[in-house]
Amino acid sequence: MALELADVRKSFGAVVALRSASLSVRAGSIHALVGENGAGKSTLIKIVAGVHRRDAGTFRFHGEDVDFGSTAESKAAGIAVIYQEPTLFPDLSVTENIFMGRQPRGRGRRIDRARMHREAGELFSRLGVSIDPRRLARGLSIADQQIIEIAKAISLDASLLIMDEPTAALSGVEVERLFAVARSLRDEGRALVFISHRFDEVFALCDTVTVMRDGEYVATWDIAETNVDALVAQMVGREVGELFPKAPAEIGDVVLDVRDLGSTGLFQDVSFQVRAGEIVGLAGLVGAGRSEIARAVFGVDRYDTGSVELLGKRVPARSPRAAIRAGMAFVPEDRRKQGLITESSVARNVAGVIRRGLTRGGLLTGRAENRAAGPWAGRLEVKTSALDMTASTMSGGNQQKVVIAKWLATEPRLLIIDEPTRGIDVGTKAEVHRLLSDLAGQGLAILMISSELPEVLGMADRILVVCEGRITAELDRDEATPENVMFAATNSVTHTGTEVPA
Amino acid sequence: MSILTPDAPAQARSYSAYSRPFWQRVVMSREFVVIALLIAAIVYSRSSVEYFDGPQTMYYLFRDSASILLLALPMTAIIITGEIDLSVASTVALTSVCFGMLHVDGGLSVGVAAILAIGLGAVCGAVNGFLVAYVGLPSIAVTIGTMALFRGIGAGLLGTESRTGFPDSWTDLAKQRIVEDQPYPMILIPFVVLAIGFALLLHFSPFGRGVFEIGLNDEAATFTGVDVARTKAILFVLAGTVAGVVGIYTTLVTGVARAENSMGLELQVIAAVLLGGVSIFGGRGALHGVIAGVLLIGVIQRAMLLSGETVNIINIVIGVLLVLSVMSTSLLAPVRRLVAASKGARSSGRTSDSAGKRSLS
Repeated sequence: MALELADVRKSFGAVVALRSASLSVRAGSIHALVGENGAGKSTLIKIVAGVHRRDAGTFRFHGEDVDFGSTAESKAAGIAVIYQEPTLFPDLSVTENIFMGRQPRGRGRRIDRARMHREAGELFSRLGVSIDPRRLARGLSIADQQIIEIAKAISLDASLLIMDEPTAALSGVEVERLFAVARSLRDEGRALVFISHRFDEVFALCDTVTVMRDGEYVATWDIAETNVDALVAQMVGREVGELFPKAPAEIGDVVLDVRDLGSTGLFQDVSFQVRAGEIVGLAGLVGAGRSEIARAVFGVDRYDTGSVELLGKRVPARSPRAAIRAGMAFVPEDRRKQGLITESSVARNVAGVIRRGLTRGGLLTGRAENRAAGPWAGRLEVKTSALDMTASTMSGGNQQKVVIAKWLATEPRLLIIDEPTRGIDVGTKAEVHRLLSDLAGQGLAILMISSELPEVLGMADRILVVCEGRITAELDRDEATPENVMFAATNSVTHTGTEVPA
Repeated sequence: MSILTPDAPAQARSYSAYSRPFWQRVVMSREFVVIALLIAAIVYSRSSVEYFDGPQTMYYLFRDSASILLLALPMTAIIITGEIDLSVASTVALTSVCFGMLHVDGGLSVGVAAILAIGLGAVCGAVNGFLVAYVGLPSIAVTIGTMALFRGIGAGLLGTESRTGFPDSWTDLAKQRIVEDQPYPMILIPFVVLAIGFALLLHFSPFGRGVFEIGLNDEAATFTGVDVARTKAILFVLAGTVAGVVGIYTTLVTGVARAENSMGLELQVIAAVLLGGVSIFGGRGALHGVIAGVLLIGVIQRAMLLSGETVNIINIVIGVLLVLSVMSTSLLAPVRRLVAASKGARSSGRTSDSAGKRSLS
């Protein structure tokens, strides 16, 4: 075994990322690692790469117990990780990137450029690609950048290569080239771990597959012994049931009407409606373009084509202010960076959007802000000792309540909420879900983005599945199952039988 | 709409507005320290420095600090957004030159020439504002450029010449005292008006809240509906306008319009703003602290001049004071934490949060 992980645990504060993860990879094989968003794949990889340290469990590399404290240690041991978006130095040449930090020295301790270029050229010909070793990294396609990373790994003589969703940004031809390279590396006796959401690729390339779910090991199969249905069932395999009940609400008129929205390179042909009293869930994998769609609708980002209408009126593009005035509220994905001013007080955060309405004779006082913010903080049961405490002192769940309070204070008609419960504790999570259900019951239209499948299935009246910038399925509450959402999200055949182009 | 009306009776909690008593909030602020130092400096100088309590001392202190006081008002707001304006002194020089030429060569009355010159100052500010806010260039680079540009245009117009010959009624007005035998020059009237205006804008208006939010986290400010670009542009235009006013004042009080006026003044302004407790990283500061900071520098300069120190020694003292004031943020922090710790026990504890969870996806 090249790599053996057994019963690995890892938690970040109160959040348990890995409960009991296991992975065994043979030398000379390509091993797939699959699982939903948040299943713990990336955390596991980061432990192998030396980014994180495990809390417990066995970690053996070529039969020896290891414990990497840094990425440098794992690299020295022969482990290379190739990320979805490689990070090269754009203004250095391809060769300099490959030999960064260990350039061959010539006479007088000067860098031996000729030798470096020759070796880079040899690496490329061995990989069967034609990249000029002297060109700058800037302007290389993502596929070529990955090849550079692979070349770097080979020159380090890595015996284990881990590729984290390498094909996400590649075209068909580039995927084929990458696979050819991967197979030749396998045939040299190296071990490869391949993380992908695309099942066709898993089945085309890999020898074995390990399924993870909720930070736990589920099963390992020889690829010949399993099929797509079985894998999907194991990935989602949990009772969704009434975990997050949304009370039935009367569905009213169309509040948000998005037509043919498109933004080059991010999403295309996005059309959907959200009605009063309805929760529409945007499901899909991380990076599918869900947040980008929401940001464009709210006017934080621009869009190239299409239109956004709220209550029948066109909302001007590229202006959050206009969106707010029209009746939109947006609880963004990244609470600390986008959702609130963490250095500012609870009162100022809660009154942040409505403060223009709190002035008397044009003047805004702290008192007016406190008076307006207090009841909203109270209604959401924000836990704080005083309204002038800064938001940075609060827990994630409380911060999220502050963000929601700030937007409810605007009395919106549409609430866009991106990852409503990311990184917050279970109790607050249930509170947020109950609140969303209440709000919908009172006639608010809600567009909810979530990477947690049970949350989407439990809360949404209707689910739109986004895959690679397109809406690939629209499922009603009754017909949505973890399986068909995952199918649509991974670009497979949807329940309606429509073939989605890869 | 009746969504979650805030006065709904349901299980509403109530909160105290402040976690610390009033005196603590006042005493444990940078502004308080500066004001206390200012008072201490005045008391000490009056008792120990000869002639400091003479009739002329405070008058000249105000008259000479007036330019810095005025320019510090918009500069405070600009630095709170995290930007900087190094071109204000050059705008002063350019407006001074144009004011002099419009009046002396162009034959316009002082009033009309002044209004045109102030308008020119606003245009200078708008150039900075456009480049920083809408083109998105870093303000330090833009205003280093316009610092050279504006003064260069002034020098191009007048060369090494100067314009004099302003009516005595105006130059006297610039030097006059508000009340005979009191140490308050006339310029304090427009300054007080502007200071009140800027204080209301910065500390008591939705616009001002936006200014602070941009300095703390401009991305979140955008998500909250603050028009970041417009806010910055407005502040730069205000800075240019005030610089225009200072240009007129400088010309009248010295009686000379020339391109070398107010050389290096921008750094004195920025030094005073930072001494007054404004963070160079943005998001923190208050106008009363800045005003005290300007006066503190003025008092120290005046007192040391009167006791016969050279300019070099004075500069050393003020330099050390400035460095200490920047350090004081980190010196005050442990004190704050200590007090917070005794209080913090009853507020909800901080739990670890998204940082870990995020790495899952």
